[in-house]
Amino acid sequence: MNPTDASGILGFFTADGFAGYADALAGIVFLIMLATTLIGGIIACNAERLVRAVAGLALCFIGVAAIYYYLNSPFVAMMQMLIYVGAVCITIAFAIMLAAPEDNKKQGPSGALSGPLGMITAGLVTIGMIGLALNTKFEVMPKINMGEVKLIGAELLTSYSMVFELVSIVLLIAIIGSLVIARHGRSK
Amino acid sequence: MSILSLHNSLNTYLILAAILFGMGVYGLVTRRTLVGMLIASELILAGASINFMAFNRFTAPDPTIGQIFTLFIMAIAAAEAAIGLSITIAVYRNYKSVDTEDMVDLQG
Repeated sequence: MNPTDASGILGFFTADGFAGYADALAGIVFLIMLATTLIGGIIACNAERLVRAVAGLALCFIGVAAIYYYLNSPFVAMMQMLIYVGAVCITIAFAIMLAAPEDNKKQGPSGALSGPLGMITAGLVTIGMIGLALNTKFEVMPKINMGEVKLIGAELLTSYSMVFELVSIVLLIAIIGSLVIARHGRSK
Repeated sequence: MSILSLHNSLNTYLILAAILFGMGVYGLVTRRTLVGMLIASELILAGASINFMAFNRFTAPDPTIGQIFTLFIMAIAAAEAAIGLSITIAVYRNYKSVDTEDMVDLQG
């Protein structure tokens, strides 16, 4: 069969048809990931039990990683999965198990600001930022490269080597400091 | 603009980042346990990172810089989570609670 023949059951495998379907598929997957992020965020800030909040946070971070992928940054998406989903969520889960709050006590939103007052506070912040984003004209500059991983590595070791070293030192101090703080007062 | 081409628009990402930031603020003002507040602050950092990456993809001339900045945000957030959780564990050992209403020693 002629590959450019658009008629028949294989019509969408032609160049134009296939590209159209691929775009539609990318859009559908993006919508699913958007919903994943938002649902995970809602669970993370509203769940009654902290373990469920951490699970919601992990779901939200998986969606954020997919959104980084859509923003042309597969490397940052991978680091998001490794650092946030793999390390930070597991650490928070361990802290919940170690500093175990009572099982029968609810830890959901409570206090004077829960309910309408907190909703209004957060809603005003959100609406203000959305209004600012939609009403500002952003100047689009022409790209000078495509942001490949090779260039990220080169920039990290040349222009940003000082910041890179400082972040390494901050991480080292954080590790030692958290060990010291968490060990303080232990009996043996 | 079709709903299936939302991923090619800067505003989609900015709105998503603002909503995540708002959820984080809501969690931060309503949660009463230290771990819950830490989870909410992670949401705020995720919103800020999405903002950086969106501008990096759509408007910045050099797309590597935003990715590098997001990587630094991740490193700082990991350090912050480690310190915050160790403080939580130390507080739990002293007060037998992680509820913010039980830590009232400095109120006099």
